[in-house]
Amino acid sequence: MNDETSQLLSDTAEKLFSDHVTKNCIIDAEKGTWPDELWSEVIANGLNLILVPEELGGVGGNWMNAGILFKASGRYQAPIPLAENIVASYILSLAGISQPPDSILTILNGAFVAEKDLLSGSSPRTPFASHSTHGVVLYKDDSDLKVGLIEIDKNQLKDNNNIALENRGHIELDKVSLIENSKVDCDSNLVKKLGALMRSNQMAGALESILTQSVRYANERIQFGRPIGKFQAIQQDLAVLSTHVAASSVAADYACSSMDKGNPDFAIAVAKSRIDDAVSVGAGIAHQVHGAIGFTYEHGLHFATRRLWAWRAEYGSGSEWSKILGEKAISNGADKFWPSITEGNLDI
Amino acid sequence: MSIPFNFRLTDFPVEAETLRLEVREFLSTALADVPKETRAETWYGADEGFSRKVGERGWIGLSWPTEYGGSGRSAMERYVVLEEMLTAGAPVGAHWIADRQSGPLIIRYGTPEQQEKILPGILRGETYFCIGMSEPDSGSDLAALRTKAEKKGDKYIVNGTKLWTSGAQRCQYMIALFRTSKEEDRHGGLSQFIVDLSLPGVTIRPITDLAGRHHFNEVVFEDVEVPETMLVGKEGDGWNQVTAELALERSGPERYLSSYALLQELIKEFSERNDYEGVTEIGRQMAHLTTLRQMSVSVAGMLNDGENPALEASVVKDLGAVFEQDLPNIAHRLMDLEPDVQGNDFQKYLAILTQISPSFSLRGGTREILRGIIARGLGLR
Repeated sequence: MNDETSQLLSDTAEKLFSDHVTKNCIIDAEKGTWPDELWSEVIANGLNLILVPEELGGVGGNWMNAGILFKASGRYQAPIPLAENIVASYILSLAGISQPPDSILTILNGAFVAEKDLLSGSSPRTPFASHSTHGVVLYKDDSDLKVGLIEIDKNQLKDNNNIALENRGHIELDKVSLIENSKVDCDSNLVKKLGALMRSNQMAGALESILTQSVRYANERIQFGRPIGKFQAIQQDLAVLSTHVAASSVAADYACSSMDKGNPDFAIAVAKSRIDDAVSVGAGIAHQVHGAIGFTYEHGLHFATRRLWAWRAEYGSGSEWSKILGEKAISNGADKFWPSITEGNLDI
Repeated sequence: MSIPFNFRLTDFPVEAETLRLEVREFLSTALADVPKETRAETWYGADEGFSRKVGERGWIGLSWPTEYGGSGRSAMERYVVLEEMLTAGAPVGAHWIADRQSGPLIIRYGTPEQQEKILPGILRGETYFCIGMSEPDSGSDLAALRTKAEKKGDKYIVNGTKLWTSGAQRCQYMIALFRTSKEEDRHGGLSQFIVDLSLPGVTIRPITDLAGRHHFNEVVFEDVEVPETMLVGKEGDGWNQVTAELALERSGPERYLSSYALLQELIKEFSERNDYEGVTEIGRQMAHLTTLRQMSVSVAGMLNDGENPALEASVVKDLGAVFEQDLPNIAHRLMDLEPDVQGNDFQKYLAILTQISPSFSLRGGTREILRGIIARGLGLR
């Protein structure tokens, strides 16, 4: 995949989301309505299969390409599990399992064990579980690491939401039979890492959204006889917001690019940690600039900021990933600190 | 609006990574005798003997074209040399300005005569430059500068004062911005000169900084006769030339690595402790440092491709200064040790960096000016 493909993907996602992710679409989704039209368009364009190799019926893209879609979905606050389906179909493809037709996938995140292909364990806060037909799970079977596919059964599911009113169901499995399963050679912590990677990119996108919304509002809102964006106090705040937006985008790209190079652990931790800080500063500034109107449900700023506050805590908070970085840095010792940064690798 | 900047990731070419190892090897012996106090100051620490050694290796003017005596290597390779020098605490201050901006300026706008006369000394690590921009009544508002250069025959007669001129006491030359005519447009009528600081009428007076160090100077010009051959570029084009120079000045690794030594000392201290807050904080700073580096490298890549990433450079410098300035405060919060120049290594670095950190968001464009530039890029002014 080259730059031209990236541009095409970016244009497709922009067009699709700007046409279909309306304010009403997000509001309806927050009330529990599945945005069928939006999802159908995503599927029709094959965006969910960006990481699946062509021989398995996918697009055969790389993580930089996927990053474009993660960011776009965050930028538009698309109320669909596109990021989750990209990652879930990727995990299935690692095990050579093909995705059932017309399925909507979620990713189970928790400790699971299997006995004779019967799976047990629990996945709290499973993204879009109540809208999903199937769940992808990484689990231990004796000493083997396996990828499995289950059907989502409403009886094993307790609904819940994150503060952005995205469905995060609790799934409890007790000896549930796997539709498919296969051994896989990957990191046993893969789900959490890829979760952090996709949320980091979505946050980078949502941060871009709050910057553009804030600049637009500052240029429109008149006080003291001029647009508030003409006041230096506001300009300085928005400049700060934009520096964090830029940093987040770079950190997210760095994680995707490191994934493509097969050495992502350091960069994913960096991204989730760095972007968490950007959210704290950035969401604060965006709301400050918007004043009271941005605090209403009627105004749409919160569609992005509530997602940012939810996503920064999912798949490990910034502090959790920082701790991983810090522990490694200290155990490696001061002399290896700089080399670990230039190599983008903590295990040196 | 759309986001006005675009930091695409840039990878280092293989030859840059090879060079990195050569630089590390060189520094492992070349820095053996450099005291911690000098190392803490990184590019404000000067050692002329060290600069000559760097020149001998061909690492000054590394990315200058070979016809000017440079090594003709990429900006990415130069970046590697700089970041390795800075993180090792190498005293690069003597040649830093000449290598970073005076030499490139002379290559871009200078006459063949100027180039022949000056570039070889820079490349050897023997000829040093300072920057004559700020004046007593012209700081952030650079265009308000008043030092005059009046044409008289084949000379310019210079009168006025430059202020906050770092390192002038050890430099042979200054690249100075003078007013050569009065214009309606306040950015017009400014011109750049190479000024030989040994000329009669030039007086360099030290200004001691808050930590008792002598970096700053006041440079007074009284009827100094600068030959017209020392005009750089076109008369009256100084403002545009200076603006182009600033992108080189604002995005390099020196804009976020000034406090690096302290971070490394913190890790040493923590290797002997087990402290949750400290561990997490170190990881957090590592994430900030890594991201800044990717941003700064991205700008180097754009410069290498001949683009003008002025806005991106301002973003890097602003975020970089925040990072550098946070570190002494974080180090203080995490460790119950006093800053002490007589203390252990950590205390020494803490003492020096705590005191010099206010300058990080002043030099090379204040925080407020940078954020104003960014706000303009966002379409707010």
